[in-house]
Amino acid sequence: MEHPPMTTNEPTRSLPAASSFARVWKRLLKEKYLFLLLLPGLLYFIVYRYVPMVGITIAFKDYSPFLGFADSPWVGFKHFRTLLGSSEVVQVLWNTLAISFLQIVFAFPAPIVLALLLNEVRSQTYKRIVQSIVYLPHFLSWVVVVGIVFIFFRNDGIVNDVLRIYFGAEEPIRFLTEPGWFRPFIVAEVIWKEVGWGTIIFLAALSGVDPHLYEAATIDGASRWKQMWHVTLPAIRSTIVILLILRLGDVLDTGFEQIWLQLNAFNMGVGNTLDTYVYYKGIQQSDYSFSTAVGLFKGLIGLILVVGANKLAKRFGEEGVY
Amino acid sequence: MQHRTPGEKAFDVFNAILLAAIGIAMLFPFLYIFSVSFSTLTDFLQREIILWPSTWSFDAYQYILESKPFLRSLGTTAFITVAGTFVNLFFTGTMAYALSRNIMGQRFFLFLVLFTILFSAGMIPTYLIVKETGLLNSLWALVLPVAIAPFNLIVIRQFFLNIPNELNEAATIDGANDLRIFATIILPLSKPALAAFSLFYAVGHWNAYFNAILYLNDPAKWTIQVILRQIVVIAEPTAALGTSDMLLENPPPPETIQMAAILLATVPILIVYPFLQKHFAKGVMLGSVKG
Repeated sequence: MEHPPMTTNEPTRSLPAASSFARVWKRLLKEKYLFLLLLPGLLYFIVYRYVPMVGITIAFKDYSPFLGFADSPWVGFKHFRTLLGSSEVVQVLWNTLAISFLQIVFAFPAPIVLALLLNEVRSQTYKRIVQSIVYLPHFLSWVVVVGIVFIFFRNDGIVNDVLRIYFGAEEPIRFLTEPGWFRPFIVAEVIWKEVGWGTIIFLAALSGVDPHLYEAATIDGASRWKQMWHVTLPAIRSTIVILLILRLGDVLDTGFEQIWLQLNAFNMGVGNTLDTYVYYKGIQQSDYSFSTAVGLFKGLIGLILVVGANKLAKRFGEEGVY
Repeated sequence: MQHRTPGEKAFDVFNAILLAAIGIAMLFPFLYIFSVSFSTLTDFLQREIILWPSTWSFDAYQYILESKPFLRSLGTTAFITVAGTFVNLFFTGTMAYALSRNIMGQRFFLFLVLFTILFSAGMIPTYLIVKETGLLNSLWALVLPVAIAPFNLIVIRQFFLNIPNELNEAATIDGANDLRIFATIILPLSKPALAAFSLFYAVGHWNAYFNAILYLNDPAKWTIQVILRQIVVIAEPTAALGTSDMLLENPPPPETIQMAAILLATVPILIVYPFLQKHFAKGVMLGSVKG
């Protein structure tokens, strides 16, 4: 009696609900094998990607392995306050940004330049040979790359030998322990390893250029240099813009392996980055909650930057990445 | 093109030389490491700069290949590479196919995948889940947590989308269910794409270092990259190779051991590289097509 409208509405409300449930069930039955195929991957994403996201809550707790995820006491933003007030974190953030900035200035344009040079090669055979050589380092592990660097640049390595024998250097240069060398080395290694691989996408954009444009430019009397400026570069401009914007979205990502392999007591002050800091604090010192807070801080800023970067790319009239 | 100015000719020559120099910068480290690894103790001690071994010595290789920890790490890494790649292909392939069809909730599931490219839980929570699922110190810790690379999933799905849907429809009319269509029609058609991605995944497993130091603390389970770091970066070849019981009269110099170790850890990559190369440009291009 108190809710007469409810009772009168009941059949009309529940009818579509029941039929949509039936529709879902029918479709599920029809697609049962597709769902069977979906299942392993879905389980993977839930267990190893999304459950850890729930685990992020320990950033707001004082996590103790004995109490576990659920029973550790909540502490609110305690760890974030520590993080923002810590001069150590400020320095780590600064190191991360400094390395990232150098990468954007030096490592980002390198593949573009190499792609332009490769594009000007007239002999296809020569071009292919150079390409297969410059792609190769991409497939080496960071341990191998850093190992090669150590062998070449240690105090009694070949570089110091050459300096001593041919240039009369008396003292070896301490490339591996002098903090001033750390960042240049990180950037140079990335260039060595990835420059060739990075050309692939630009060369693809270049192969799409209509050859008639070059012919027309030649007839108009444009030199090779002018052709490059007015035909080739515009062809890859949108690729450059979108990759640059996305790279800016990754500014807090400097990679763990490369840097961790080269950190030592001497260069810690310039080389400790967010990723390595999280590892030291979390895994080596078992300060799980604080390092999760640092990781979350990094992840959230990264998310904001990537989403923002993608929006920016779209505003530039590009397709964006998603 | 018929009227090449002197300036253009000069540029062509300059360009060819510059590219050759870049190529040499990529290859020279290997030539040097190769040469030193085969050099004799005397050559090495007298060393000026060794660019080619004057007398060949296999001591360093013999020394390493007699080391139990090194051989064990090779075996471990080979196992992870094979098992891991198989798991990768199974998990990535099945899910990519399901998402390439008009499955219910497709957009939601795709969002779940894409979101993990943008945001991940981070090192510590993932580490704790791996621990909770009992994988700590198990070789599966190097396989299951990386079963799917979301980016690869998107690219393979794109490949499946490009297969004409008429094939699916025709097979359905003939009474084949989705499992059958996937196994007998889609998979055979996708061999080139799957070959490319299995090589990418395999190289990833062979080169994996971070997960190995994160999840495995038992030295008996060390992978090749972990041993290699010990030998070359930490510069403790004898400790890493566990050679105290070998007591050679004239052990090869640590430097040649380091270089031989680098080459041994790289040889598998160098072997698959030509196959890889045939496929990867296509794979990368597929990826740049909007998913």
